[in-house]
Amino acid sequence: MATTEEIRADLADIVNEVAGVDADDVQLDKSFVDDLDVDSLSMVEVVVAAEEKFGVTIPDDEVKNLKTVGDAVAYIERAQG
Amino acid sequence: MPSTRVVVTGLGATSPVGGDVASTWEALLSGTSGIARLDDEWIDQLPVRIGGRVAVEPSEVLERVKARRLDRSTQFAMVAAGQAWADAGLEGSGLEPERLGVAVASGIGGVTTLLANYDTLLEKGARRVSPLAVPMLMPNAPAANVSLAYGARAAVHAPTSACASGNEAIAMALDLIRLGRADVVLAGGTEAAIHPLPMAAFANMMALSKTASGDDGRDPTTVSRPWDSARDGFVLGEGGAVLVLESEEHARARGARIYAEVRGAGISNDAHDIAQPDPEGRGGTRAIQMALREGDVDPATVVHVNAHATSTPKGDIAEGLMLHAVLGEHVDRCVVTSTKSMTGHLLGGAGALEAVATVMALHDRVSPPTINLDDLDPEVDLDIPTSRRDLPEGDVVALNNSFGFGGANVAVAFGSA
Repeated sequence: MATTEEIRADLADIVNEVAGVDADDVQLDKSFVDDLDVDSLSMVEVVVAAEEKFGVTIPDDEVKNLKTVGDAVAYIERAQG
Repeated sequence: MPSTRVVVTGLGATSPVGGDVASTWEALLSGTSGIARLDDEWIDQLPVRIGGRVAVEPSEVLERVKARRLDRSTQFAMVAAGQAWADAGLEGSGLEPERLGVAVASGIGGVTTLLANYDTLLEKGARRVSPLAVPMLMPNAPAANVSLAYGARAAVHAPTSACASGNEAIAMALDLIRLGRADVVLAGGTEAAIHPLPMAAFANMMALSKTASGDDGRDPTTVSRPWDSARDGFVLGEGGAVLVLESEEHARARGARIYAEVRGAGISNDAHDIAQPDPEGRGGTRAIQMALREGDVDPATVVHVNAHATSTPKGDIAEGLMLHAVLGEHVDRCVVTSTKSMTGHLLGGAGALEAVATVMALHDRVSPPTINLDDLDPEVDLDIPTSRRDLPEGDVVALNNSFGFGGANVAVAFGSA
């Protein structure tokens, strides 16, 4: 089972690849939109890449609830069960 | 005659022979080919394995994160537009965004993005298709991204007329300025179609040369041979070019360097066949006549033509007939070249790259050679130098011709500054 930090680090690499944000800036308390400047289409790319990376499904309805990196990491942890 | 004079104040290009205008122009003058065997992993399945990749990958120039949201054709346009913008000295010039237009064309659009996403759909399912696929592959993506980058808020066009698209964009830019819809227009064309599907399709329609598979011992740089008796089709290239067109009044007011004047443009259609040119070149003749008439050009002053001549059997002959029909006896004093002998055929980018070459020829008073012309087709009676040739001084005119599938004919007449 991946730790919270491992998931955060992998997610940070995805956000870096998609949006060019420095991976070190992708911390749990950061907002995708307000802090990391990830726009809506980039967020879809991040979600799809995360689904592939972590073997989970993140429905479109759920994406709007993933406001911070911490929200996304928590969702992935739960989804991985 | 239209009263607004339009001039060229900036140039940009990324081509199979150079990553910018200076290196491209130097390569063209020295007769350097950009054609090579392609090393893509998919190439072995194709009957044609040569092409003209850009000399400098756009990833070396553009920011990675920006580039990954752009189709390769848009990447070329962005590289070329950035060069043209800087060359024209427009940064910080105070140009009103509402007076800046764009006309950047592509012949095929974002075909590599479209097909890569279709591959993803088949292999990984619908969920994996990029949410950016449509804004990346749409035919106006290059024009729209240039508009975004420079804040162009006048008309933003993406004319498509296959291999005439890039030249049509320049003709459209001329119209925009003459009609008063813009003071400055970033005009050009781009294409990134080196992909197995378009290459297979062009090969199957017998448009691409098959004389060099890339593995038969023949030198790939000798296959694009416009007007040579042994020509048998074009070689696919890629790249983009952008010119800054500007009203003369606006250019002079800001003290801009003027490379050349855009005297006139002519656009016509053959309505003859979806792919084959009118063998007598009647539509092309009308387009050239229109360009000269619009620019009030005396045929005796036309000293140079950057021909469309793609190295296909019929098209190259038809273009010779057009030039004879329009220039008459003056054709003997006109230096004709096909830079496609070196760059290959950039499709929607061709007319724009060749416009850059035409403008540089007028500016530097020298014509690039046509390479690989070892045995001139007896049906062609033109002065086609095989090494660089000086052009005369004085008030002279050069033509840029482009013709495209669908019967499109576009000619633009440039005058010396």
